[in-house]
Amino acid sequence: MLAFIGRRLLQSVLVMLTVALIAFAMFRYVGDPIVSMVGQDTTEAQRAELRERLGLNDPFIVQYARFVGNAVRGNFGISYRQRQPVSDLIEQRLPATLELSFVSALMALAFGIPMGIYTALRRHGALSRAFMALSLAGISLPTFLIGILLILVFSVQLRWLPSFGRGEVIAIGGWTTGLLTPSGLAALILPAITLALFQMTLIMRLVRAEMLEILRSDFIKFARARGLPQRLINFRHALKNTLVPVITITGLQLGSIIAFAIITETVFQWPGMGLLFIQAIGTVDIPVMAAYLVLTAFFFVLINLIVDILYVVVDPRLRVQSK
Amino acid sequence: MIARLAPWFSRAADSDLWYSFKRSPSAIISAIVTLIIVLGALCAPIIAPHNPFDLASLNIMDANTPPAWNPDGSMDFLLGTDDQGRDILSAILYGSRVSLFVGFASVLFSMVLGVSLGLISGYVGGRVDSVIMRIADVQLSFPAILIALLIDGIARGLLPRHLHDQLALYVLIFAIGISGWVQYARTVRGSTMVERNKEYVQAAKLIGIGPITILRRHILPNVMGPVLVIATIHLAIAIITEATLSFLGVGVPPTAPSLGTLIRIGNSYLFSGMWWISIFPGIALVALVLSVNLLGDWLRDALNPRLR
Amino acid sequence: MALLDIAQMRIEFASRRGTMVAVDGVSLSLDRGEILGVVGESGAGKSTIGNAVIGLLEYPGRLASGEVHLDGQRIDTLSEPDKRKVRGRRIGMIFQDPLTSLDPLQTVESQLVETMLVHLDLTHKQAQQRAIDLLRQVGIDEPELRVKQYPHQFSGGMRQRVVIALALCCEPEIIIADEPTTALDVSIQAQILDLLRKLCKEKQVGMIIITHDMGVIADITDRVAVLYRGKLVEHGPTAKILGNPDHAYTRSLISAVPRPDIKLRRFPLVTYIEDVRTPAKPVDIATHWLGQRRDFGQQSEGPLVQVQDIGMRFVLKNAFLARNRRTLDAVKHVNLSVAQGEVFGLVGESGSGKSTVARLISGLYTPSGGSVIFNGTNLTELKDEKRMNAFRRQIQMVFQDPFSSLNPRMRVLDIVAEPIRFHKLADNETQVRSVVADLLDVVGLGASAAQRYPHEFSGGQRQRICIARALATRPRFLICDEPTSALDVSIQAQILNLLKDLQEQLGLTMLFISHDLPVIRQMCDRVGVMRHGELLEVADTETLFTTPQHAYTKHLLGLMPQLQVMSTEGLEIETMRA
Repeated sequence: MLAFIGRRLLQSVLVMLTVALIAFAMFRYVGDPIVSMVGQDTTEAQRAELRERLGLNDPFIVQYARFVGNAVRGNFGISYRQRQPVSDLIEQRLPATLELSFVSALMALAFGIPMGIYTALRRHGALSRAFMALSLAGISLPTFLIGILLILVFSVQLRWLPSFGRGEVIAIGGWTTGLLTPSGLAALILPAITLALFQMTLIMRLVRAEMLEILRSDFIKFARARGLPQRLINFRHALKNTLVPVITITGLQLGSIIAFAIITETVFQWPGMGLLFIQAIGTVDIPVMAAYLVLTAFFFVLINLIVDILYVVVDPRLRVQSK
Repeated sequence: MIARLAPWFSRAADSDLWYSFKRSPSAIISAIVTLIIVLGALCAPIIAPHNPFDLASLNIMDANTPPAWNPDGSMDFLLGTDDQGRDILSAILYGSRVSLFVGFASVLFSMVLGVSLGLISGYVGGRVDSVIMRIADVQLSFPAILIALLIDGIARGLLPRHLHDQLALYVLIFAIGISGWVQYARTVRGSTMVERNKEYVQAAKLIGIGPITILRRHILPNVMGPVLVIATIHLAIAIITEATLSFLGVGVPPTAPSLGTLIRIGNSYLFSGMWWISIFPGIALVALVLSVNLLGDWLRDALNPRLR
Repeated sequence: MALLDIAQMRIEFASRRGTMVAVDGVSLSLDRGEILGVVGESGAGKSTIGNAVIGLLEYPGRLASGEVHLDGQRIDTLSEPDKRKVRGRRIGMIFQDPLTSLDPLQTVESQLVETMLVHLDLTHKQAQQRAIDLLRQVGIDEPELRVKQYPHQFSGGMRQRVVIALALCCEPEIIIADEPTTALDVSIQAQILDLLRKLCKEKQVGMIIITHDMGVIADITDRVAVLYRGKLVEHGPTAKILGNPDHAYTRSLISAVPRPDIKLRRFPLVTYIEDVRTPAKPVDIATHWLGQRRDFGQQSEGPLVQVQDIGMRFVLKNAFLARNRRTLDAVKHVNLSVAQGEVFGLVGESGSGKSTVARLISGLYTPSGGSVIFNGTNLTELKDEKRMNAFRRQIQMVFQDPFSSLNPRMRVLDIVAEPIRFHKLADNETQVRSVVADLLDVVGLGASAAQRYPHEFSGGQRQRICIARALATRPRFLICDEPTSALDVSIQAQILNLLKDLQEQLGLTMLFISHDLPVIRQMCDRVGVMRHGELLEVADTETLFTTPQHAYTKHLLGLMPQLQVMSTEGLEIETMRA
């Protein structure tokens, strides 16, 4: 068990280093850093001197190592466009994205899993068909369109909820939260729904498919032959077996919420990392892009690690190595 | 030629697939809708009332016309015009073209790449398999949209402006395609590993047939089933991804606007009441994706004999 | 009054192409402490009856008419909650595959306890204690320890014992066992059957055993019912049915079962089954295509096939450091030789390595050590593809599973023609087609089969296609790897006859692999016994069966079903043994 965790940690570190490599390569080789940093009228000599000072003439490995070292300490250089240290920008924007992602993930799980179970157990009921129709809408509507529609209905027509910004935020330590103010919460609702809908649908369909598959298996048949009540079969035997494979995929899905936040933040002008990233792509602001990449990679890898460990804990077949 | 196809047709007509199709109203409707949109897109130059991208034909006086059933509208512009006087209906037809082109092309690219890698990985096994699967695992932990964004961003940085615009469409296809191959590869690898151990493959080896021929003649036809189901789901995702990227401004170049671009243009006018600029392209997009999804659902259920 | 009474049961399945009648007017009865066997071939409807009695018929099947009475009470019309009370409490069921019958995420204890708590009035502690007792009764050692373990920590045979414990835990009056030993090894089979018989007699439980295996019937049943295509053909005491059957189907079925005690010249054809329409065309080797242009070169001195000190090591777990690698020696230092025209049998249980030896000889696997010498040439040292292909033509194989040995997407014509086209054994396409048509006649399928696809044929017919494909390269040496294990008894007889005929007519040398000793006795001249990768004993067939030397051989022979009670009517007997 410990060996397993150790191996996974090693893998994670390797993945992070690879991502850092890609980020660094982008940083160094896409466009000329010097050109983006200085004005038009610096002389060639001044540029050469700057190049030397920033260590841009050092061998690749050295620069890479320096990049990694800086990254680990949170230092990603200076944004080309905004002229601020990237780490400052991140600090400002990260809480917004994390709060949004977290609330959406919670929503997706809280609704998706029960809906999936319900539609698997009552396949032919009217409510099930309604849920399935809703799920079809969920995977057919692009996230941005959902956002636009919600804005149209709730902001423009009904004027119930705001359509942009975070509302009022309260700063606690280094973190800014919108969860403690009424306007903050109101501003969170539409973006959270938008972000959660797609994931919720996917989770629901996944749980449903897995559960239907499990309900057809031999040991369920045997349980019925033993006269066990259907409720016991559904919730003790079928559910547990369903959730095991669902855990891995759900974990990956939720990780991708952070990426989908890009879209939602754009539609709702939510001041998070995603909006920053899109702006950076448009203006080819490499340091910001690199930072975003490394940061998101870190979150994915972390989530993957947790999911893998959870998987081993839940499934006894993976635990016992000998025998 | 007809004689050779005839038995295939009679087999298809008699097959369970066709039977299930005939009985499924949602499948029939989806197929019809998809067909309409595809045909509309293909014939856009012929049937579109105007050419929205011919700058010479635009008249700024036509701008911001509401749809035809609105008192201010006109029959000339059935679905209204945008802020530059472009006819929305025509823009949708041409935009669908781009959306469909990018969608199909990226799915094709993903499929070819994924199926090939999956076949090799599953058949050869060993080191090659480990390497390919490790790359797949790593990539799988990043959502497709991020990868697509990244590739697009890098391309934007690497290529000078005018070259980027020219190649943007292909960069996009490459980006969406690369982000999607893993699903195909994994499924095909699994099926290949199952088929590889089957006795008809061993019989072929006993005859002396080489691995490439075995892959082509024996294994490939037998693993393609699930691939088709994945492809339909993937088509829907590809179309959505392209629309999303275009909406964000990093997708197709402005010279070849897709449905996503149109929605983006109209987004700024939502509050001023000119809803038709975004909503109609939105409806077209949703109709297309919904139909593809329904077809994919039906296909998956029809191909799974145990679901009854 | 009988414990269980089934009257005129009729089960229908609604499908796209109309209504299929799976069971038609079957009536059975069962008494306390009695073991009733329900025997039939695939598609006879026997499992369906079992499912219907316990109320687990799956949609679209339904009980169209008939009645089921348990101890006088009618149970087929009960409401679902009442049916549930009968299941497990009064009727227990055992399914075929022990590896998938148990919930992998629950301990054995929790599965036993939950069943008991549902049906019986016990406290949790009492149920736990009973669970341990039950495991002991079904023969599991250290039950206090093992009860807390998970299913994957038990072997196949052990898991079936757990399944039996689960079926018995609520003291039912009847047990329905659906092919309880089919998925198990021969030695484990015997143990499980003994256990079932002991438990039934001790607890006076009535048992219905559903099976296709006559050996099982002869072994433990008191009465037997024979089913054919959903109809009850005959029923009565086992000794009578096996020794002196009345119905023509029963007679042909019994005559087709390979006997351990009698050597037959040929297997009788089960004429009741309509499968054999076209008799196989006999081949005159002198004039037939199959005898021409056999580019074998000179016949060398000595045996045709010689296997020297061959070994096969599989790597189970690849690891960076050598000490972490796990390997399995599937074949260890095996030596054997097969003379020209001889039929050599290789027998052993699953995991004995016999199939691996076949694949080593045919070239599908490369041996980790030792060599294979064919007609004087050392095949293991051949590197040249072209020369290797020449030998590939001479060695061919017929596989076990007729459902996975044909590419479902290729037409029969292309399947059989593939080797001919690859090795360019015919001059043009027309000749290829006529050769294929001829081969299909030879195996008894008829030339019209060429245009069809594998799924349109039954298991036995598919095996004939495989034989046709194997013959297409005009091989000298034919390896048959359990060619009939997956087939019904009646079909098995036909295929074995076909193989025998072809071997005689074409002068083929054969390696015949099976786990079924009676079949080996009927087919082979010499036999080798394998266990755990080692070849334990080699002898002439009759010598091996009458005076076995090795202890394991004696053990295997002891496990053969005692079928002396079965009738010998209609058999072409060559020699009679004790």
